[in-house]
Amino acid sequence: MIALDNRKAAEAAIADTDQSSLKAATRACTRAETATDLTPGSNSPSQLPPVTSLDSEAESVTKVDGRHPKKNRIATPATTAGSMDSDDDFMSDVSSQDAFHTQGSDDESLGEDFGDLDTGFSDDKDLLKQKRKPYEVRFDVLAPADIEREQTVQVHEVSTILGLPPEIAAILLRFSRWRKEKLIEDYMDHEQRTLEEAGLDNDGDETARTKIIPGFMCDICCNDGDDMETYAMRCGHRFCVDCYRQYLAQKIKSEGEAARIQCPGDKCHRIVDSKSLDLLVTDDLKERYRALLTRTYVDDKDNLRWCPAPECIYAVDCAVKTRDLRRIVPTVQCRCGHEFCFGCSLNDHQPAPCTLVKMWLQKCEDDSETANWISANTKECPKCQSTIEKNGGCNHMTCRKCRHEFCWMCMGLWSEHGTSWYNCNRYEEKSGSEARGAQAKSRASLERYLHYYNRYANHEQSAKLDKDLYLKTEKKMTSLQSASGLSWIEVQFLDTASQALQQCRQTLKWTYAFAYYLARNNLTEIFEDNQKDLEMAVESLSEMFEKPVSELAQLKVDILDKTAYCNKRRVILLSDTAENLKNEVWTFNVEW
Amino acid sequence: MASQKRIGKELSELTASPPEGISVELADEADLFKWKVFMNGPEGSPYEGGKFLVNLTLPNEYPFKPPTVSFGTKIYHPNVTNDEKGSMCLGMLRADEWKPSSKIAAVLEFARQLLLEPMPDDAVEGRIAEQYKSDRKRYDEIAREWTRKWAMSGQ
Repeated sequence: MIALDNRKAAEAAIADTDQSSLKAATRACTRAETATDLTPGSNSPSQLPPVTSLDSEAESVTKVDGRHPKKNRIATPATTAGSMDSDDDFMSDVSSQDAFHTQGSDDESLGEDFGDLDTGFSDDKDLLKQKRKPYEVRFDVLAPADIEREQTVQVHEVSTILGLPPEIAAILLRFSRWRKEKLIEDYMDHEQRTLEEAGLDNDGDETARTKIIPGFMCDICCNDGDDMETYAMRCGHRFCVDCYRQYLAQKIKSEGEAARIQCPGDKCHRIVDSKSLDLLVTDDLKERYRALLTRTYVDDKDNLRWCPAPECIYAVDCAVKTRDLRRIVPTVQCRCGHEFCFGCSLNDHQPAPCTLVKMWLQKCEDDSETANWISANTKECPKCQSTIEKNGGCNHMTCRKCRHEFCWMCMGLWSEHGTSWYNCNRYEEKSGSEARGAQAKSRASLERYLHYYNRYANHEQSAKLDKDLYLKTEKKMTSLQSASGLSWIEVQFLDTASQALQQCRQTLKWTYAFAYYLARNNLTEIFEDNQKDLEMAVESLSEMFEKPVSELAQLKVDILDKTAYCNKRRVILLSDTAENLKNEVWTFNVEW
Repeated sequence: MASQKRIGKELSELTASPPEGISVELADEADLFKWKVFMNGPEGSPYEGGKFLVNLTLPNEYPFKPPTVSFGTKIYHPNVTNDEKGSMCLGMLRADEWKPSSKIAAVLEFARQLLLEPMPDDAVEGRIAEQYKSDRKRYDEIAREWTRKWAMSGQ
């Protein structure tokens, strides 16, 4: 968003400088962020724009940009100076639309230019980080290569500090679950004990290689022979290479073990190091071994977690600790697009904290019979009692038979929903408190549960229906592209809207689980107001979605507006809830 | 097959000089992978005087994978399942504990030691384990009773 704003700002600024609009646009696209401009690829160095305009452009961008003007200018001193100098020489010359052809043949300046662009980006990122919303957490996505690199770096570091060979340092690190500082401390204090505990000891200094020992008999296969190749690690448990290989292959292949494979010797806990492995196993196994090591690395580290999406190869790095989970809901998004909770690996469940989510899911499972009953897909029309099946995500129902319009959730008149009368999201505790006696009480509590569960389940189902509808629509749009005169790009607004719908319904769904555990107070009122606003926005977007394909093109602007509004309401709801959670001001009706 | 030689060697060693209270034979002369083991209830245990049949099965991948042990004779013990399988849970037979150089003799000795000293914290029969810990006398009685009933020959 910021980058976009910037670009707009730059565009506006450039337009002010009397450049041709073509040039302005090109410039804006090439360089939205930094003040000074150097554009690559020059055929005719003589055709340069007057530096005055360049300069003024730089100035105006800086001004409009206004966030860290100094930084921007400082970030490009060499280039700026160079370009200004050369521009000065030509400043008297024509101002043609070849502005973007200036300067280019100079490769060095091109490189600097890109570097400079990078700085611009990271500045931007910093800014984004500062502006992180209260419910967002900082995280990184790691590819397998990154994970391997991280390991190598740490192994190298420990190896240097402790003066140990890398393969030994690796074993120590894996044994200590990558707690580097503690390992180094332990090793400094009790070198021998640390080594022994990790299944290492320092005796002997044989390098890893196989040996032929006359008269040797392998303890595993009981074969003997004078030309048999044998291998032993420093612990001295010697076996024939065939058995050793088979042992390792079995551990790696069928048991999925890597970091903690022990010597095949009975009761020996020495860990097979990577050097021995490299010597003994075949290439395909080595690959698997490395993959497994990476896996244990991620499993071992508290700040890493695999993306739970099927077939996904990425891991996420996030600093949120288990003890923080009371006060934060750490939703992260993997590079594969999957959004999940770093705390529990479940799908994004903002704004409800992990513990409440687990309690809720458990409760829903326990009450499965009831849940089965209530999640049944049909309801009766409140007016004519015809059985009605919901076929879209929207809650605005119109009975086919009697044309009665009602809300699927509360079964009330729909006409009351569009106005300030809307109160479908709020459970009226009053009716519950009026109930008398134990039986009535338990019925009220069941009703209360059903209220929240109904809405929770409904958003879940509606999200699915919205998606189905979108997929159908998308297909139709594709086939109708020529007829409706819309290009592929132009129908993308539906995609954006669909994503927003999915995300908002996901959020709404969990607001009901969250609300179920909330004690009633003023904060809850505000929460429910926010919930209501989001819900109304979502339902009206969902309704637009159900319009015939032929009408969708005309609704484009409305849908885009509503999408933006939904997203905004979601941000407001989540920010507010997250702030309160962080400050521990929510009151819950359960202990957790 | 590599394992045949190893199994043959272990079998001949065990028949030549069996550990105390243990005798082994093949269930079927043609099949090296199924053993019948007879175990005498150790002295001082409620199993004393009983003779227990233990079936030892070796996997094809032996010795890279551990053997499995089950009681063919009914026995009242926290670490042996009280069903027709009579499975016994031994720590050293777990995949991550077993080493290819571990020996059957050690497994059998360990199993017999378990008759002398049950491990209630590692039990497969929780109820018996509970009783072993809280009411040792009653446990001894039932175990002795079962031994008399199922593990004494000529009944």
